[in-house]
Amino acid sequence: MISLSHYLILGAILFSIGVVGIFLNRKNLIVLLMAIELMLLAVNTNFIAFSHYFNDASGQLFVFFILTVAAAESAIGLAILVALFRNLSTINVDDLDNLKG
Amino acid sequence: MMNSMDFNSAIFYVLATILVASSLRVITARNPVHAALFLVLAFFTAGGLWLTLQAEFLAIILVMVYVGAVMVLFLFVVMMLDINLERLREGFWSYLPLGAAIGALMTLEMALVLGGRYFGLESVPDPGTAPAGYSNTKELGRLMFTDYVYPFELASIVLLVAIVAAVVLTKRTRKDNKSPQAGDQIAVQSKDRLRMVSMPSEKKEET
Repeated sequence: MISLSHYLILGAILFSIGVVGIFLNRKNLIVLLMAIELMLLAVNTNFIAFSHYFNDASGQLFVFFILTVAAAESAIGLAILVALFRNLSTINVDDLDNLKG
Repeated sequence: MMNSMDFNSAIFYVLATILVASSLRVITARNPVHAALFLVLAFFTAGGLWLTLQAEFLAIILVMVYVGAVMVLFLFVVMMLDINLERLREGFWSYLPLGAAIGALMTLEMALVLGGRYFGLESVPDPGTAPAGYSNTKELGRLMFTDYVYPFELASIVLLVAIVAAVVLTKRTRKDNKSPQAGDQIAVQSKDRLRMVSMPSEKKEET
């Protein structure tokens, strides 16, 4: 029988995979965005699991809003990516040192 | 009864295995197109898992919005850019031991907290299936347009801002653009358009 902790641990594994993805692909901006999507998916899974096991539909509403914000975030992120590639012809994070930070 | 529970467990474990495997491939794939396609698989599988949690509306929304819109956008961008894959893979293997260790440690810590002691079936019993006639979509719609109507409106503003930002960021004006500037047109004075030339009248030449 599947309990709440099964879903929560699955969410934890997915979130950690997202974090490790940011570690490994810190040069590739596209895969960085995909890793962020994975982490958001893990959070959403946690929300829905809690919503199901505590019988409260508000959690699913929050997932709806997170989906909205995540879609906006990835749209703007990809727009920045395209503008960046048009100006610098690269998406390597190491090349983005115009601000000398 | 027992058989259906075993069936649910089997579905959960199969979907969870596919989800973890495909998300591991997302972060390790050499080609970003493959990574995007594995992310599509991960979203599909997560939609299946959400169905087992009786969140039908969100499962369908995940497939339609994420797979149908966001991932297609990702694929468009990946295919539009001509990127040097080898340079982007630099440092992958040197970061792998540290990254894997930190990921394993994070998972272990969260698993210790989220394990069966506090969130097991004894503390949080399974609520069972919803009664016949219960509509997940209807319930979400009722909540969305009553208790959460202001967040709903804010979400629409967020989307509007995202649309405007995406258009502004990617808009490109050509250098040889000949379209008139609206500001210049409004600020124009009559003397800019009309030049008065005083010309003395000439006598008709006698031939």
